[in-house]
Amino acid sequence: MSDVIEVRNLTKVFGTTIAVDHISFDVWRKEIFGFLGPNGAGKTTTVRMLTGVIPPDAGTATVLGHDISREPVLAKQGIGVVPETSNAYTDLTAWQNLMLMGELYGLDRARAAQRSSDLLGTLGLLERKDQKVQAYSKGMKQRLILAMALLHEPPLLFLDEPTSGLDVQSTQMILAMLRDLNRQGTTIFLTTHNMEEANRLCHRVGIIRGGKMVAIDAPEKLKTAIDRVHRIEVSFDRDVPGDALAGLAGVTAVNRTGDKWQITADNHDAAIRSLMTFGQQNGAAIVTLNTLAPSLDEVFLRLTQEGRP
Amino acid sequence: MNPAGFPEQVRRAWAIAKKDIRIYYFKGPVLIFGIFMPVFLFLAFFMGSRQLPLAFLISGLIGMTLFFTATAVSPAIFPWEGQAKTLERLASCPITIEAIVLGDMIASVLFGIGITFVTVIIGLALGLALLHGTTLCAAIFLAACCFSAIGMLLAVPPTNVPSNIMILSSLIKFPLVFISGIFIPLEQMPAWGLALSVCSPLTYFTDLVRYSFTDAHFFPVLVDIAALGVFTLVFTVGTMYLHKKTMPKRM
Repeated sequence: MSDVIEVRNLTKVFGTTIAVDHISFDVWRKEIFGFLGPNGAGKTTTVRMLTGVIPPDAGTATVLGHDISREPVLAKQGIGVVPETSNAYTDLTAWQNLMLMGELYGLDRARAAQRSSDLLGTLGLLERKDQKVQAYSKGMKQRLILAMALLHEPPLLFLDEPTSGLDVQSTQMILAMLRDLNRQGTTIFLTTHNMEEANRLCHRVGIIRGGKMVAIDAPEKLKTAIDRVHRIEVSFDRDVPGDALAGLAGVTAVNRTGDKWQITADNHDAAIRSLMTFGQQNGAAIVTLNTLAPSLDEVFLRLTQEGRP
Repeated sequence: MNPAGFPEQVRRAWAIAKKDIRIYYFKGPVLIFGIFMPVFLFLAFFMGSRQLPLAFLISGLIGMTLFFTATAVSPAIFPWEGQAKTLERLASCPITIEAIVLGDMIASVLFGIGITFVTVIIGLALGLALLHGTTLCAAIFLAACCFSAIGMLLAVPPTNVPSNIMILSSLIKFPLVFISGIFIPLEQMPAWGLALSVCSPLTYFTDLVRYSFTDAHFFPVLVDIAALGVFTLVFTVGTMYLHKKTMPKRM
């Protein structure tokens, strides 16, 4: 997979505070990359550097093949940005905001008008296109911002907490649109606090803490990597001896909880295979089998709290 | 299309100008301020200085109108937009800081020229004869560019509090009016006053307006035009350079 974002030793210092400390990572084409971190970890500063809003103090960031410091206009031409707080012009109508974006991205008027109609229709704003944005609700403003970011059909979309504080309807509409866009080939860089959202949407997540990247991988891999010891919950259609289970390959401990067995394994793949073989050999059918990996929330908390008193 | 090329950036600057005109200039209070403020200043001096000829005072009124209108709104646009976070939206768009500044300047130039022509019409209605129309038009255009660059220069300090900029703006603009031969003819100024007045671009514009209406001038016309041209160039390059330096501090 080729990279649409290449970040190398990116650094930003505000006074005596190192907001972003020599971080390096890549975002692959057509993936949804989740960028997670606690408040003040450096997420927004990183996004602002990647979108050319503020310059880095050290390091490089290449966006769609263009260095964001040396070729900012070319880099920005291919990206769409959805910030956490709506920043549409409230004294303009939705339509005027979109036309302004069309001009700023170099779209011809007919194309901008066609795209605007389509996007406003998809996002449920077409009927209120001629109303000033100041009369919009938060959800409507956020949908308009998404429309403004998508007007020029960017191959790369940055979103900073796109569903923060929105109602369920707006949230679902935006998430569904993001999935569709990704299916059509748009790379998405998503900054979020919502672990469930990240878990369900993202192909990979990067976790930043104190300005440094502490982990970057697929959510499921992160969950399994966080605990060296894995737990598996299994139940059979008949009684099986616990000591037989304890002796299986990969299994380190066995506990009975109700009609289920909780199995601790140092190698969950080997343990699952052994359980399957055990069931077949002893004529005991497996009724349920669950791997009890930590949630992304737990991974996040573990990684972002390591080293804290 | 090369998005970073000069023609495309100028096109995008025009989009910024249209946005500015729609949001900031086409507002009742701004238009009223643009017209009434110079008129009231003029009336105050007209009534207090009856010995000065009408042509002299109308020329001063035109000078003040262009100066105040071209610098009225532009200093506050960046602070307003910084506060509303719309500046961050522009910063993430494929437009250079120079083009954003140019767009703000274009809006300011058009507003200044529009309102100033109203004042010119008032002068003509009062019976003044326009002797050098082309010179007047050229002077208004050049001075509008120069004053809008001054307006943008006033916005360089990276504050997002508009009132801070407006105070600074008033502190600089009002003294300039009094040293630029608007109310006191350059011929009657003391040497130190004249030394100050040559540092003000408004002096050269007022001189050109007087020439257009009365055929009288203090500096040679070409010197006036050249001085305005140099001021415009220096202020425009300066404001673009300085905004590039300070823009990230607004974010």
